[in-house]
Parts: sequence; structure tokens; C-alpha cells
Amino acid sequence: MKRAFLRVLPQLLTLAALIALVTLFFPQFLSVDYQAGRLSGPVIDVLKRGAPVALLAVGMTLVIATRGIDLSVGTVMAITGAVAAWTISAGWGVGAAIILALAAGIACGVWNGCLVAIFGIQPIVATLILMTSGRGIAQLITEGRILTFTDPAFAWLGSGTLLGIPVPTILWIVAAIATVVLMRRTALGLLVEAIGINRAASALAGVNASVLLIAVYMASGLCAALAGIIATADIRGADANNAGLWLELDAILAVVIGGNSLLGGRFSVAASVLGAMIIQTIDTGILLAGFPSEYNLVIKAALVLVILVLQSPNLADHWHFVRENVRRRREPEPSPDVKS
Amino acid sequence: MKKTLMMSAACIFGATMASAQTVGFSQIGSESGWRAAETTLTRQQAEERGIDLRFSDAQQRQENQIAAIRTFVAQGVDAILLAPVVATGWDSVLEEASQADIPVVLLDRQVDAPDDLYLTAVGSDLVHEGEVAGEWLVNEVGDSECRVVELQGTTGSSPAIDRAQGFRNAIEGAENIEIVRSQTGDFTRTGGKEVMESFLQAESGNEICALYAHNDDMALGAIQAINEAGMNPGEDILIVSIDAVPDIFQAMAAGDANATVELTPNMAGPAFDALEAYWADGTEPEKFIQTESQLYTQDDDPQAEYEARKDLGY
Repeated sequence: MKRAFLRVLPQLLTLAALIALVTLFFPQFLSVDYQAGRLSGPVIDVLKRGAPVALLAVGMTLVIATRGIDLSVGTVMAITGAVAAWTISAGWGVGAAIILALAAGIACGVWNGCLVAIFGIQPIVATLILMTSGRGIAQLITEGRILTFTDPAFAWLGSGTLLGIPVPTILWIVAAIATVVLMRRTALGLLVEAIGINRAASALAGVNASVLLIAVYMASGLCAALAGIIATADIRGADANNAGLWLELDAILAVVIGGNSLLGGRFSVAASVLGAMIIQTIDTGILLAGFPSEYNLVIKAALVLVILVLQSPNLADHWHFVRENVRRRREPEPSPDVKS
Repeated sequence: MKKTLMMSAACIFGATMASAQTVGFSQIGSESGWRAAETTLTRQQAEERGIDLRFSDAQQRQENQIAAIRTFVAQGVDAILLAPVVATGWDSVLEEASQADIPVVLLDRQVDAPDDLYLTAVGSDLVHEGEVAGEWLVNEVGDSECRVVELQGTTGSSPAIDRAQGFRNAIEGAENIEIVRSQTGDFTRTGGKEVMESFLQAESGNEICALYAHNDDMALGAIQAINEAGMNPGEDILIVSIDAVPDIFQAMAAGDANATVELTPNMAGPAFDALEAYWADGTEPEKFIQTESQLYTQDDDPQAEYEARKDLGY
């Protein structure tokens, strides 16, 4: 438990520093109201608006842990959103819409996974195929228009609340916890890391690498489908041109801010979703601070640069030294089970 | 007997051939609902006027458009409509059309080429659209104080720059109207909703009197954000936007939106008018034909406007 906490400590500190920074520009940032049965406030907006990137980051973390990358997740959001909106306007109901959308996401994952695991195509190229062609598929489903619907039950997934908490927030937290439990309470996480470190060696050691790789891309597709459902339900319409546009890059960024290596191996889902919240805090903070929109991307880039430089491996030695000093001061006798 | 019949048939056929003009239309693609509606309306206009329209979809590529124009020239059409995907690189192909004495009319967008290479350009004045929206707000609020929030289009795009400028021109004289927050929503519903949420947070405690959105989609997203914040869009916050897509008329019919300025997809109507005058007696039209930026409010039977537009392909 303590080791897990230390793993996400840099991300927590970054988030705290960012919140302090945003509060300087917008003093009411941390205020939360409870009115008409729902919590509201900038922090709640961050937790809600960050849902798509957080969900994508969960799937992306697993893919990156296998030394892969999934560029298609933004497009998969558009496809699954289109499928859901189409199903609802065809009158098949909410249940069918969710099931078909999730199935579409998994199908996209199987496609990516097969290209990578069976045909051996480089992940960046394999998923680029779906990234570029997928919006066309989504447009075929929506016939090129924004497919709107008024189903309140489906809209609840995007803009409703449960016990005052926005539903998208609950969805991403549940998805992240479920993934962590599945990965860390079983050997699955270890096997995924083994593939990322050395696929050939893990295959020789008896890990069914191909099946596991396909499963990992399926998980990424499933997460993207959930994100697509949220995005579509939020605006009560499927916008094939814009749903999830460039979010794959935010998701990769979240994983990187979460301290995960793009070269695969050890991973932390918790750190990745914290990375997603860091990105969303920047986005929301910029909006609240009221700078002219020309500055949005510059400010975001500058903050991300600072965060990544602080986390860079060459600086890590210095951080490590500082941390060790603090620990030594707190615990005069280091317990034998804590390894650095 | 048989011979006379055939002769008269040939005569009738020949007569219809002479009156039916052939026009080639090189469209950019179908990247937005508006573009699809423009295609639909161009086909409709051609059919109403008995013009034989040859349609070519360039799928966002200039080389496809250039190839299409060369084909039209080779076929000897009577005129070419061109919605150019980019502004530059048209000189040589327009020169070819000009040497074949085929008039070219530009739709919706302009090109960087000498203006004697094309007959005329039909388009909307983006600054004027913003002015119409601003004037509506000035009249609507009268003398009362009004704090306005603005949802801008994609930063740096010409519609965003010009629509912002036009609105500012219109409210310049009104001391009681002030733009308090302005941020980009990237022309999308999601963007409009997210940014409006932050406006409501940032201005909580201060009253927002009106929202000006650079397109209808952002306004539709913002309406949801206002609803979810427990306020009443259209009454607590006045909403004016630009484009006049079908969904905004539905929102107006429900009382959620107040006004929209039309960016008409019917660019072909004025283009065919100019062409018909040119064919009849060689009248040279002005080099820029500005389409009307009509204002629609809740009084203009929004439900009927929705019904009229919903099948145009938006």
C-alpha cells in the first residue's frame, strides 16, 4: 500500500501544485455547492469533463505497458457514439444502445489487436489505420450529420447524477478501480508487464502473448466505447467529425504524465488517471482564468513541459536523493521489506 | 410518314437541347451538414431552372477539383460552379476555362487569382453576420445593462475573427452592453457546453444576460449547460447565434434560443441568376455577390423553418 502511494506521489504533488496555481487566478476553484440534488463547482467539472480522457488513459496504460500504443481511441469514441445514437433513433432502446456501442468498441479492439499480435504490424501503424478510416465509418453511420436524440435515460449517462455525483465521474472511477483490481489482485498485470519487457521471453516462459495482446487492445476499445457513450450522451447527439477528436493524444499524455514508460513494462493505472485529471485541471483552469483563447494552447504546452521536465529521468536521481533524505529523517531504522 | 415523324422528333429533341444549359459543379466534399445542404440546394435550384447539373465531389482535394474542371472544359459545359477547397493554385486551370469561354462562378469561398479569370463570386459577408446578431441584441435589451459572454469559433479561423469583429461593431455605441467573457468552443457542441459550464462557474453571482455564439452548434451545447445549471435558456440568458441549422429552430420553437442569423446554403440561386443574365445578353455581374444574412427569431415560426430545413442534408 505504501509503495503504491509512493508511486503516485509525484502525480499527487503535481496536481496539488496545479490546483494551487489555478486558485491563484480563480479563488473559488475549490468551492463546491450542493443544489437541486447535484454537486456543482469547478472541481466537480474537472472530475466530470475529465471522464473521457481518464477512461481512454486506463485502456491506453495497458496497451502502452505491452510496448504498444493505440492511436485509434478517439476515432473509436466517434464510432461507438454513432452506433449508440443510431440505435436509439432506430427505437431499440437504451439497453441495446449501450450493448451495441460496447460491442463496437470491442470489435475495434479485436481489429487492432489482430493486426498487432497476429500480423505483427507495428502498433503505431496498425492503430493509425483505424484512426484515419474510423471517422469515415462513423460518418457512414450518422450519414454525415449530427445524429441527435432526446432519450432521457441515455442522456443520464452523460449529464445525470447519482447521489449528487456526475455519472461520468462514477463511470471512470469504477472503470479505473476495476482495472486495478483485475491487474493487481491477479497475475494479469504481471503478465502484461512481462510482454512489454520482452515478448519473446515471456512467450517462451509460457505466457500466451498473442491472446493477451488482443485482450489488451480489446480493453482499450472497451474503455474508448465507454468514453464515446459519455461524450454522445453528454451533448445528446453523435458528432462524427468532432467526437473524441485528438483525445488519443491527451490520453497518451495522461499516461506519460502518470510516469509510465512508452517502452512498456511496469505501469500504474492510478497514476495515469491522475495524469488525466492533471490535464483536465489545466484545461478547466485556463477556461476559468479567462485568458484570451489565443493563449490556451501555449499555457497548456508550457505547463505540460514543466511537469514532464520535473519528472524526467535525469532529474529523478535528484528527487530520489531528496526523498531518501526525508524518509531517513522520518524513519531512523528502515524496515527490511522496503526496498528503494 | 415515318420519316416526318422522325424529323419532327429530332426537331423537338434539338430544341430542348438548345434551351437546356449544362453546368458543372465542383464541390469540396461533404465535411459538414452545411456543405451537404449546399449540394442539395444546388441540385434543387438546377432542377427548377431546367439546368443540367454535372456534379463532382472532390473529397477535400484540390487536385480532384482541378481534374473535374478540366473534364468540364473538355465536355464543353456552359458554365462551371466551383466551391474552392483552398484559395491558391487556381490560376492555370481558370485560365483554361477562360480560354474556352466558359464562365466560372465561385461559391462560398474566394480564390487568390486575378478577378478577370472568373465571372463572379457568391458568398456571405462574415462580418455582416456578426453585425446582424449584435444589432438584434442591441434592440432586444434596450437601455438595460447587459453582460454578454461569447463562444468563439476555432481560434484564428476567418469566421471566428470576422464574426467577433462584426458583433463588436454592432454593440460599439451601446454603453450598456459589455462582453465579459470570451473563449473558443471550436465550433462544436461539446466545446460549447464545456466552455459555457466554465462561464457559469466563473460568473456565478454575477448575472449573465446574453450569450453570443459564433455558430449554432456551440449555442446548442451551451443551452444544455444552462439547463443543467438550473437556469432557463432563452429567458434567464438570451441566446443569439449564427448559421441557422435545423436544430437551432427546434430549440427556438421550445423557447430555449432567441435568434439566429442565417448563413444560407443557397449560394447556387444567386449564381444561376447571374449566369442566366450573362447567357441572355452578356451582362457582367459584380465581382462579389453577397448573400442575404437573414435574422430569424422566435416570432418567425421556427417549427415551420425546422420542417423546411430538416431534409436538406444538414
